[in-house]
Amino acid sequence: MLFLSSIVESRAPAPVRSAHLRRLEAESIGIMREVVAEFRKPVMLYSIGKDSSVMLHLARKAFHPGKLPFPVLHIDTLWKFREMIAFRDKTARELGLDLIVYTNPEGVARGINPIASGSALHTQVMKTAALRQALDMHGFDAAFGGARRDEEKSRAKERIFSLRTADHGWNPRVQRPELWRLFNTRLSEGQSMRVFPLSNWTEIDVWEYIALEHIPVVPLYFAAVRPVVARSGTWIMVDDERLPLEPGEAPHHKLVRFRTLGCYPLSGAIESSAATVADIVAELKGSHRSERQGRLIDSDEEAAMERKKREGYF
Amino acid sequence: MDDGLAAPGVAERDKDFLRFLTCGSVDDGKSTLIGRLLYDGALIFDDQLAALAGASKRFGAEGGEIDFSLLLDGLEDERQQKITIDVAYRFFATGRRAFVVADTPGHEQYTRNMATGASNCDLAVILVDARKGVLRQTKRHSFICSLLGIRHVVLAVNKMDLVGFEEARFQAIAAAHAEFCAALGFLSLAAIPLAARYGDNVTKRSARTPWYLGPTLLEYLETVDVGRGVEARPLRFPVQWVNRPNADFRGYSGTLVSGSVAKGDRVLVAGSGRTTAVADIVSFDGSLERAGAGEAVTLTLAEEVDVTRGDILADPKDPPEFADQFAAHVVWMGDEPLVPGRSYLLKIGPRTVPATVTALKHRIDVESLQHLADKTLALNEIGFCNLSTAVPVAFDPYDVNRDTGAFILIDRFTNETAGAGMIAFALRRASNIHWQLLTVGRAERAALKAQSPAVVWFTGLSGAGKSTIADLVEKKLLARGRHTMLLDGDNVRHGLNRDLGFTDADRVENVRRVGEVGRLMTEAGLIVLCSFISPFRAERQLVRDLTAPAAFLEVFVDTPIDECIRRDPKGLYAKAQSGQIRNFTGFDSPYERPLAPEIHLMAGEDTAEALADRVIDELRRREIL
Ligand SMILES: Nc1nc2c(ncn2[C@@H]2O[C@H](COP(=O)(O)OP(=O)(O)O)[C@@H](O)[C@H]2O)c(=O)[nH]1
Repeated sequence: MLFLSSIVESRAPAPVRSAHLRRLEAESIGIMREVVAEFRKPVMLYSIGKDSSVMLHLARKAFHPGKLPFPVLHIDTLWKFREMIAFRDKTARELGLDLIVYTNPEGVARGINPIASGSALHTQVMKTAALRQALDMHGFDAAFGGARRDEEKSRAKERIFSLRTADHGWNPRVQRPELWRLFNTRLSEGQSMRVFPLSNWTEIDVWEYIALEHIPVVPLYFAAVRPVVARSGTWIMVDDERLPLEPGEAPHHKLVRFRTLGCYPLSGAIESSAATVADIVAELKGSHRSERQGRLIDSDEEAAMERKKREGYF
Repeated sequence: MDDGLAAPGVAERDKDFLRFLTCGSVDDGKSTLIGRLLYDGALIFDDQLAALAGASKRFGAEGGEIDFSLLLDGLEDERQQKITIDVAYRFFATGRRAFVVADTPGHEQYTRNMATGASNCDLAVILVDARKGVLRQTKRHSFICSLLGIRHVVLAVNKMDLVGFEEARFQAIAAAHAEFCAALGFLSLAAIPLAARYGDNVTKRSARTPWYLGPTLLEYLETVDVGRGVEARPLRFPVQWVNRPNADFRGYSGTLVSGSVAKGDRVLVAGSGRTTAVADIVSFDGSLERAGAGEAVTLTLAEEVDVTRGDILADPKDPPEFADQFAAHVVWMGDEPLVPGRSYLLKIGPRTVPATVTALKHRIDVESLQHLADKTLALNEIGFCNLSTAVPVAFDPYDVNRDTGAFILIDRFTNETAGAGMIAFALRRASNIHWQLLTVGRAERAALKAQSPAVVWFTGLSGAGKSTIADLVEKKLLARGRHTMLLDGDNVRHGLNRDLGFTDADRVENVRRVGEVGRLMTEAGLIVLCSFISPFRAERQLVRDLTAPAAFLEVFVDTPIDECIRRDPKGLYAKAQSGQIRNFTGFDSPYERPLAPEIHLMAGEDTAEALADRVIDELRRREIL
């Protein structure tokens, strides 16, 4: 399926970009403040990736000198890279976050995992259903997510304030028009809102902002020699002993990094020597591959994202 | 305030940023054009391009040619699945500028979608097919752009290859369009001859239009000056959130929508007459000397004044308007039509207040630009209206400030966004309407009668028994020495409301007038019984709002329609059934059941006497008696 993803440009001088980034920053801060002013009990979804890191940084700016006026929620599928979990706990400690970690207990009881159960079922149970459970359990009426419109086709039309039904479904027929900077935040009984403050950011904006603001990110984004095996045309890292190897198979040691992070058996690495944020920005500007190519979760089937969203996936 | 040296705020640095809208009818080549812009700017990834070449072959594009429109597909599939797509946003950047393209599908809902896309854009690219020239749709697109405040337009005359790249044809189209646009107030209007499919004049100058000396479309987009000049305008800082992390700090967070502010500047709390000084501009990166339009900051104030979310901090020398009645253009976006007199929520900046459209001055035909008389606005229609808000609000005319002059209307029951508006001017300043302060008030009058005033509102189908029960309730009140008044639907239609019929709009006005009369009577200290079908929730809510602070009790006289038909005391159901009368509630006009009435009478199940006693009991329980 075709879609227009991250757009890379190659010639922009730095000052142009920083004005552009400041504009995006102000827009995101305005969105976050609107949510805190209008909703009863908001929460920020924290996926530990680069977008979450940027979103968290923007939230600190928005509510300065106060602390974040909402908790941060991580849906732990139990298959995240170990470095991600370490980074999450360090970030929560250092920033004094009110961190909630939630895992779907039924999924654990059923032994759901991305290898034996397949990526679709694993995602459905450990991510989508888990998120629904966590939101219901705490009664959150608004949840921030780090999705960007440039990520894939169905996101291009997603609203910044996206209404969800009582069972967290996304009904594309009743989405509200968004004019100016006026967001209709009213909820009917049982409804809740997903809010995407990074909607208008592109992948390269995110990296340039990380550079500009010196925002820490998980080291997995930077090139290092890592043990990987070839799976479905991409490199999968052997992050722990749960990844089954073929008889006699030994991991390769390759200089790789990740463009997106998720469950490690579902996140493809790219061969790269980009070891700093500046290297990554330079690599992206020269790159002609879209961000999602490494995500096994998308290639599962056509229109995967559309369907997942209707079921309540972020 | 501005020393000319300080760095301007982000909104002012528009030299490096452009949001533009593309509009065109189906098949004018809009998708091809956007795809081409991105492709020629080397903005498409290899994996996408490979997929694109494959798809082009599959869909049978000629001789290995790439069909760029396929890049943007999706809108079409979704339309078939009946998904509402209003606007798709795409991003690209060149060495000179970052761009956001707002693309709206050219189908049904077009006005609503275009208005949504245009609301955040500074420029529009309007496509026409060179063979067809300026069509009705072209006029419609131009008008909506103008209405939403777009001041820069590019007419992209596409498919020039199909008219032999003929200069005369191009000039004729450009001239026709310019003539139509003369009254629309555009500051710049450029026309560019294109063949999007082959790339002529999109990003590369075409050898096939030697007579055309202007820029390519991309060059134009990179260099056009859409200077919004928002920074030079007077300060407007709508307070979005009050930041109070601890007892020692109280900051006002928001985004400057125009002007700039520096430490020590005096600012006015719009509408209050109070001024104070800016003590500090607080940001995560430290205290700032100055902030400009577009920046999201937190201000602390030198002298504490009462400021809450929704207030506007403004330049005291050039304050915004402050009024509770104004005229505005409204684009209707709700499935249910606009009903004048009905109460909606109006959101303007961070402030949300109840509001009604008091009069629809005219509807605008978006193709002929003619003003037409009308009673309501349906989905995708545009009108010029008078509005009244429950409390005065601060604003600027939309022409002067898009952020402080724009509002949305929200349906109070579905919570959906029902309309979008652009304020033209205040109808009367709130500062000029003096509430005559009277020494004798509601409380004194009520005290003399030793009772507490209330409105008891009976709603239900015709023949449900509203009037019978209301009449009994009044008798019982009288017997207890209470001062009452009964307003009955049939009776007021002989006098006060004799000019009204039974259309939705008239029903709304009927109830509004009765609500106002009821309110006056509570001020006189009376217990007012009202017996009206009042089929719409919105109006019953309106009357409830009007009545405050006096008590309002909604009594739902719930009689099954079959029972009403059987009773048919006035013979009306018989007439409705035989088609002699129209717009009859329960037949061809809806009745919206109350969701949470104070008293729910299952009227088929008891005598009128017993039901009236229940109302009396409830009044006693609420200490009205
Ligand atoms: N001859 C010619 N055909 C064009 C040109 N631009 C677009 N088309 C064709 O017009 C048709 C409709 O284009 P498309 O971009 O899908 O139109 P949209 O509905 O406005 O998005 C396609 O078959 C295009 O290849 C042009 O400049 N010249």
